[in-house]
Amino acid sequence: MIQVHNLTHRYGERIALAHVTFTVEKGEVFGLLGPNGGGKSTLFRILSTMMVPTEGSASIAGHDVARDPAAVRRHVGVVFQTQSLDKALTVEENMRAQGHLHGLSGVELRQRMERAMEQLGLADRRKDLVETLSGGLRRRVEIAKALLHRPQVLLMDEASSGLDPAARRDLSRHVERLREEEGVTILLTTHILEEAERCDRLVLLHQGKIVASGTPGALRSRIGGDVVVLDSSDTAALAAGIEMRFGLHPAVTDGQVRVEIENGHRFIAEVVEAFPGAVDSVGLHKPTLEDVFVRETGAGIE
Amino acid sequence: MSSFFLPAATLWQRELVRFWRQKSRVLGVVASPLVFWLLIGYGSNDLARFYSGALVLTVMFSAIFSTISIIEDRREGFLLSMLVSPAPRTSMVLGKILGSATLAWIQGLIFLAFAPLAGVSVGIIELIPIAAVIFLISFTLTGLGFVIAWKMESTAGFHAIMNLLLVPMWMVSGSLFPMATAHGWVRAIMWVNPLTYSIALLNHVLELPNAAPGAIESLTVTAAFGLVLLLACGMMAAQKSTRSAA
Repeated sequence: MIQVHNLTHRYGERIALAHVTFTVEKGEVFGLLGPNGGGKSTLFRILSTMMVPTEGSASIAGHDVARDPAAVRRHVGVVFQTQSLDKALTVEENMRAQGHLHGLSGVELRQRMERAMEQLGLADRRKDLVETLSGGLRRRVEIAKALLHRPQVLLMDEASSGLDPAARRDLSRHVERLREEEGVTILLTTHILEEAERCDRLVLLHQGKIVASGTPGALRSRIGGDVVVLDSSDTAALAAGIEMRFGLHPAVTDGQVRVEIENGHRFIAEVVEAFPGAVDSVGLHKPTLEDVFVRETGAGIE
Repeated sequence: MSSFFLPAATLWQRELVRFWRQKSRVLGVVASPLVFWLLIGYGSNDLARFYSGALVLTVMFSAIFSTISIIEDRREGFLLSMLVSPAPRTSMVLGKILGSATLAWIQGLIFLAFAPLAGVSVGIIELIPIAAVIFLISFTLTGLGFVIAWKMESTAGFHAIMNLLLVPMWMVSGSLFPMATAHGWVRAIMWVNPLTYSIALLNHVLELPNAAPGAIESLTVTAAFGLVLLLACGMMAAQKSTRSAA
């Protein structure tokens, strides 16, 4: 449904995307995970036809995003990170205006508005001015609006950022329902692990490059065993010590030393014993996508 | 056809609905040129002389306020969803400009209610050409605002242009002093300033003094300026870019 081939984008000298290639199948929920500045937004802007890439190509539903943006726009619904609603208008007025932009009108538009508002749980808020709605509700209006023209693909940029956990769960429930009921393909960008975990497949983007891709489970299983996280006031010295003493290759990120290891609980006892006073606190967890990211890039996501 | 006119119509309507819900905007736009006009007019004992200039300033302020919103609207607002919709860019431009021009026109008409103070009595029959001329000027100034706003990244830049270009442009348009008595180089600027012709046109239909250049010439230049700006807006908005549109 979405094909991205060798996509490269430069802003002047700066390379924001470098030779990115991936394919998204119909009906998939596909995630682009990475820190801010990793290239997610650039990719999103290109796929949503906001700008033309400097090299490479991308197509959605068989239409090239650079050569035939009008055709792409007919098949794609876009949910922006920032608000794209008119705050001075009501929910219904925003939706109607959006329908008109897509050439919809009359009975057909009314029916589609009803359905989209019902699906996103907005029916009782239709007469409310957007400026009176909460962040979570506004986001749902954005999605309802993006679905009016029955797009085959929904592009969502950091759709859950700025929402509280409850609103976030609520949003993902709605998104899941859309996939089941409408069979819509969803591509989302995120830096939130919880959200990335719910994707069918992911690519991890760092400094404009894909550093890893696969299902969340497959990505996590790249790391065998456990992840041990050690807080220390001198992380460099501790990491060097661990490397020498245990023959491991710890990663150092923001004041923490991370070690991937089988039977982490035993290692904890040994490491604390070996470097008395050097470890301020210890944590042990099963591998997360963040650990995969750290392993591939040496940097954190958040 | 409907895929061209429907988006344009919905954008036009959106401008009007927003305006209606923020009626205090009218006060802001009409009040300052009005105060300005009354002070200068009564001060110099010649309200008639400054009337057209003040009316055009009202229209200009309104056009500026409407088009300045493009800058923010594109980064965070309704314009974003327009940019990724299949509606032709030209229809969006037309809808936005017609909408903003209509608002400027309404505010110009509100200002027209003060015409009797300038000694101008406007009957029903005179109203038609006057309203038409005010609309043409509204359209032109909105187009000018759009051309400036479209490429701007911040509203601060727009304010700079407003102070350095738009307000001086208004000052040397015959709004404050006639072209005939102006010093050589100022007169040259006035002669190439399209706004000079807009003010003259308005003076013609209101039958106020200082109506030079002539009526036909004024109408032609004003209309041509509007058309050129409209084309420029359409071309700018239709451009593809490797820089993000928002």
